[in-house]
Amino acid sequence: MAVRTAPADNIYATHPEKKVALYFMVLGFIALSIGVIFGPFQIFNYAGIDLYPALEPLFKSYYQGLTLHGVLNAIVFTQLFIQGSLLYLQARDSNLRPQMPVAWAAWWIALIGLALAAWPLLTNDATVLYTFYPPLQGHWAFYVGAALIIVSSLVSVYLSVEMWVRWKRQNPGKPTPLVTFMITATWMMWGLAAMGLVVETVFFLIPWSLGLIKGVDPLIARSLFWWSGHPIVYFWLLPAYVSWYGLLPKQAGGKLVSDSLARMAFLGFLAFSTPVGFHHQFADPGISAFWKGVHTVLTMMVAVPSLMTAFTIAASLELAGRSKGGKGALGWIRKLPWNNPSVVAQLLGAIAFIFGGAGGIVNASFTLDYVVHNTTWIPGHFHLPVATASTLTFFGIAFWLIPHITHKPLAAPRTALAGVWWWFTGMMFMAFGMHMMGLQGVPRRAHISAMNAAHDGIYASSAFYMVFNAVAGVLLTVAATMLFYVLFATLLSRRRLTPDQVPEIPFAEAIAGPVDKDGNVKSGIKVMDRLFFWWGFAVVLVLIVYMPTLVQLFMHMVPAPGMRLW
Amino acid sequence: MDNEKMIHAIERYERSWLLFALVMIVVFLIFIGYTLTGFAFYVPSAAERIDPTKVRAEGSLFANPRVEKTGDNVYTAYVLAQAFTFLPGEIRVPKGARVVFLVTSPDVQHGFYIRGTNVNVQVIPGEVGKVEHTFNEPGEYLVICNEYCGLGHQDMIGKVIVEDN
Repeated sequence: MAVRTAPADNIYATHPEKKVALYFMVLGFIALSIGVIFGPFQIFNYAGIDLYPALEPLFKSYYQGLTLHGVLNAIVFTQLFIQGSLLYLQARDSNLRPQMPVAWAAWWIALIGLALAAWPLLTNDATVLYTFYPPLQGHWAFYVGAALIIVSSLVSVYLSVEMWVRWKRQNPGKPTPLVTFMITATWMMWGLAAMGLVVETVFFLIPWSLGLIKGVDPLIARSLFWWSGHPIVYFWLLPAYVSWYGLLPKQAGGKLVSDSLARMAFLGFLAFSTPVGFHHQFADPGISAFWKGVHTVLTMMVAVPSLMTAFTIAASLELAGRSKGGKGALGWIRKLPWNNPSVVAQLLGAIAFIFGGAGGIVNASFTLDYVVHNTTWIPGHFHLPVATASTLTFFGIAFWLIPHITHKPLAAPRTALAGVWWWFTGMMFMAFGMHMMGLQGVPRRAHISAMNAAHDGIYASSAFYMVFNAVAGVLLTVAATMLFYVLFATLLSRRRLTPDQVPEIPFAEAIAGPVDKDGNVKSGIKVMDRLFFWWGFAVVLVLIVYMPTLVQLFMHMVPAPGMRLW
Repeated sequence: MDNEKMIHAIERYERSWLLFALVMIVVFLIFIGYTLTGFAFYVPSAAERIDPTKVRAEGSLFANPRVEKTGDNVYTAYVLAQAFTFLPGEIRVPKGARVVFLVTSPDVQHGFYIRGTNVNVQVIPGEVGKVEHTFNEPGEYLVICNEYCGLGHQDMIGKVIVEDN
């Protein structure tokens, strides 16, 4: 009989942050499991098949389903998983305990926010999509809930920065450990980026939905939304990068090639993630072409740290493959641990990101954007970085982190492996179908499978690509079933690993570390370690590229009254 | 020693890759700048700001959505994008017409996207968006609302008909 160590209450004894991290991640996955249900309904819509009548009278429309899909998957799941996993990884990497009451406060704020936002979403009183552009006006509880979820993320910013400051005080002169560095930079970036949403919800949407102010200027709201709305993509992506740089090389059986390049990439993201939002507003009148151009240049700049990442990750994986005897130009690929679902999830996520990044450069290219703006190209695009690169990586992290925390073995690893492949394949089919339909002019977020007879056949030129979406719908339904089965079967399992079987945190070593041969901290590392300075630089840059436009808009507000058209 | 050698080899590749990345980005930016010089009229500009609750009122530019001839085969179209139609629903111009579109919304946000062209405007209440297009090919162009505006969004479709004369 297997030794039953660690009864449930004791597994958190040495590291109480395990419990709060687990609560964050599990709440996130619960949100995702509900949001994902609507995925097949959306994609079958874009295959010309309307399945929404099957959901009546529980859900009233395609648009209600789409709102739930976007809010739960993109805003709630990502953030909660990130709050949990990054908190835990930073605590263990820097060997410090986070301020536990504050960490639990963050969790409760997020839970209350989620409950408040979910109520009008489920009753069809906030069918405003996850961009919630005014003047479409949802129930006040939706905006208050969304604001609380953002407040919770700001508490996480505090937790991370406080731990980093504490570490620096306790370790004067030493370079910040790499994983801690990457996580702190990520949270600092988000702390600045989130300000747009904070101002939008607190000063405009909440008072407006409560009837305290008559109207909201829709262009100001859009500009504040995209202040946060593009960097939020990096907020979803950087935790995946933390894993790719900090853990994946070890999981693949190798080392990270360069510690300083990883730090440089994260500083690039800290500085350039936020001053780029106008590239979502190329089609908006009321923002000058000059500032749109400036944001274009900065958006292109932010591609550089991603390209650096591609190099470092590929090089680290190649060395891992070669150290296991892989020969030739591509032979090392076969030697990677393709039987490990955690590694495969991350590798496939990274591959999807190559296409996601290329498409992103198209979207950011000022003039090319007019060809694709608000067509299905856009959701086709962002399902690669968010729904594939980040989401698969988060599943990959959960595959070792949940057993690590709970001491429960990963249920059905072969199903996990299959689920990862099906998810990746399904997303590739869908991305192809949606990108191509976008080029044929099919609009995004439209219930095209239930149009008036008068418009019959206007999207017939996309019939071939719709087949890809139908196939994707089937593949992704199967994939989601497998992945959630593995996850919840693991969490609910009564089996326990013996202490020696519990997976360790796979912190990777760097070949070229932060310290030189003589034991001195490299000068570049010292400069990069001044995170507050770089944070200040980022703030100044954001103020420069946003203030001229925002000040002008604030001085000439044109408020629009709210409307409910669903 | 072996380790040192490897680090140097990797650093060499690293530098070439970074150079490649930077050059690629700069080349893209040059292309973007070049296309902007020729197609700046596709970048929606703000003709003016307008109170969305008074857009339909007497005396407003959009009280009577219409197409006006303003020159030799040059037209101005005053378009109202509203839940869930475009006014005018059908815009007729002869082949080769240069059309200046002025678009606004009296209610919520919409899209004004003419399929097969680079005309793609976010229609925002309070803003009058302005773009231009020259229709050299005769035929029927769909005008599609590509921003969610409510339950009838998918049926918010208009037309530009370019007549061969």
